[in-house]
Amino acid sequence: MIIASLAFYLFSLMAMVGALNVIFQRNPVHSVLWLIFTFFNAAGLFVLLGAEFVAMILVVVYVGAVAVLFLFVVMMLDINITTMRRGFLTYLPVGALIGLVLLAELALVFGGWAVAPAADALRAAPTPNMADIPNTQALGQILYTKYAYLFEVSGIILLVAMIGAIVLTHRRRVSSRKQSIETQVARRPSDTLEVVKVQTGRGVSL
Amino acid sequence: MMNAVPDFAPAFPEIMLVLAGMVFLLFGVLRERDSMQLLTGAVIAAMLIAGVLILRQPDTGAVTFGGLFLINGFTGFAKLLTLGGAMLTLVLINNWAQTAGTARFEIPILVLFATVGMLLMISANDLIALYVGLELQSLSLYVLAAVHRSDLRATEAGVKYFVLGALASGLLLYGMSLVYGFAGTTTFAGLATATASGGNIGVLIGIVFIIAGLSFKVSAVPFHMWTPDVYEGAPTPITAFFSVAPKIAGLALFLRVLYGPFGPMLHQWQQVIVAISVLSMAWGAIAAIAQRNIKRLMAYSSIGHVGYALIGLATGTLEGARGMLFYMLIYIVMNVGTFACIMAMRVNGKAVEDISALSGLARTRPMMAAGLAALMFSMAGIPPLAGIWGKFYIFMAAVNAGLIVLAVLGVLASAIGAFYYLRVVKIMYFDEVGPVIERPNAVTGTLIAVCSVAMLAFFIVPSPLVDSAAVAAKSLFPG
Repeated sequence: MIIASLAFYLFSLMAMVGALNVIFQRNPVHSVLWLIFTFFNAAGLFVLLGAEFVAMILVVVYVGAVAVLFLFVVMMLDINITTMRRGFLTYLPVGALIGLVLLAELALVFGGWAVAPAADALRAAPTPNMADIPNTQALGQILYTKYAYLFEVSGIILLVAMIGAIVLTHRRRVSSRKQSIETQVARRPSDTLEVVKVQTGRGVSL
Repeated sequence: MMNAVPDFAPAFPEIMLVLAGMVFLLFGVLRERDSMQLLTGAVIAAMLIAGVLILRQPDTGAVTFGGLFLINGFTGFAKLLTLGGAMLTLVLINNWAQTAGTARFEIPILVLFATVGMLLMISANDLIALYVGLELQSLSLYVLAAVHRSDLRATEAGVKYFVLGALASGLLLYGMSLVYGFAGTTTFAGLATATASGGNIGVLIGIVFIIAGLSFKVSAVPFHMWTPDVYEGAPTPITAFFSVAPKIAGLALFLRVLYGPFGPMLHQWQQVIVAISVLSMAWGAIAAIAQRNIKRLMAYSSIGHVGYALIGLATGTLEGARGMLFYMLIYIVMNVGTFACIMAMRVNGKAVEDISALSGLARTRPMMAAGLAALMFSMAGIPPLAGIWGKFYIFMAAVNAGLIVLAVLGVLASAIGAFYYLRVVKIMYFDEVGPVIERPNAVTGTLIAVCSVAMLAFFIVPSPLVDSAAVAAKSLFPG
């Protein structure tokens, strides 16, 4: 048990260090690298919770796809951090005020926290006994049966996101020349070639 | 684990619309020529079929997908309103795209998916279902705002809407997570049980965050700041769509969420809604006075109208819900008519948005001026036009629920608001003739005529509409 708690503190500490670095790094590329580091630590925390499937998905999806995509975007967009920070000081008081209000609210929430008396009976998805089914199966059972509707609607949301990305960015280039294999194959010599019998001294009229 | 196939029948209209949307999308992609006109017709036909399917659904209501999706008389009524608003504005959108040469077949499809999102929101019976419906709607709307991507203002509107919308979604999710932490469940039925024994500060803050997120989506003050910019920047008919369909769906969702799962905590959230309502009415009336651009004017006008509709919500009574539904019904017709007028404001083939361009319209285009005047009188709430009846039922509900101060503030705000609506009429009828506005084309002309005549003739047969709104509202109060 002591090893588990040591691992917990290690992962949480590293996750916090990583998260702070994401915010405070000057270079956005470094920020993304720290973000990846944070994801790895969060995955470690999931493993400690016994949710190994979620941990692996976190690494595969967030580190493998999302963070790398971030990295590409950050490197390609050439964001100048100094121009982005220009308004920082003017907005700082308002931002700090909102932050303080939120902090006070959070303190109130945690100070007066109570769970509804009926909550235990109402629990949406109680954890099944881990000895009976592995957590991948438990997740699948909820996702594809009970929450199939939400799963499908999320699919439609992604479809709309795809349509949106195409609508907003795709342009049909008029100037580029494309190879059209059908036209090439369909061409016959008679379309392009003309055999002319040239009489001596007359030349050819073009 | 129960693995039975859920009952698809209650969600049949939505399933049909989504499938139709995908087929239309394939058709549009595979067809070489631009097929916006054709697909607009197809989308409208699909929406009509969906409307008929909704009408044929049983009045008793049903719950399906493991309690995530609910239909009853109320959802049916709200969905028909949403579909109606979407179809009317789709006609305008197509008309604009064909004349402005910005036709793209994706536009009607995005409108279709946005509408499906709204229908799912209205039917949501669970916080997660609410959220996915809302995101489906919002994401389509962000794209629609920026669809005219060569226009700098439209892209700015799209980005602004997206960033602030994402913030609102964050607030909403934060609130939901607090509520979930309190109740241990996200289903509306479960939440109603959990809050019946009284809430605590945590769940209350959660509800306030949910209210904030939803207020953003219906552009109620103080979460309205995106509205004028987005309304001004987005293409006019798309603004018309924004001002109609999402508002109905958002307000219907507000009713469902606050009367259903959080109904037992009426006295806690009532003050919040009263505050939002008063602020929206006041700001909608005062800030509109200084506007020179008619689309910005309409943005503030719609903020004000949402404020009036929220009075109905604040009452927490059946009468209030009825008043709100009825108000929205009239609001759609008024708004579609007014936006048809704005679309008809073209001088020498170019669209103009300045209110001063309307000067002397009564002499150059008397019919259009008369139509716009009728719509403006209706918005201002001058009897006997339809607008006053919507306000009348809302204020009466507020008085009967003991919210007399709120009703008085509402009347005051509508008196201030009348000023800027009447100013438009004054500009048209008493100012010197300005630029000559072109003759409205067949589509906008017809819509202006139909909407303004509907406003004028409404008082002859008001009862069927009021009654159907009352029947719909009744299903919010089971037992």
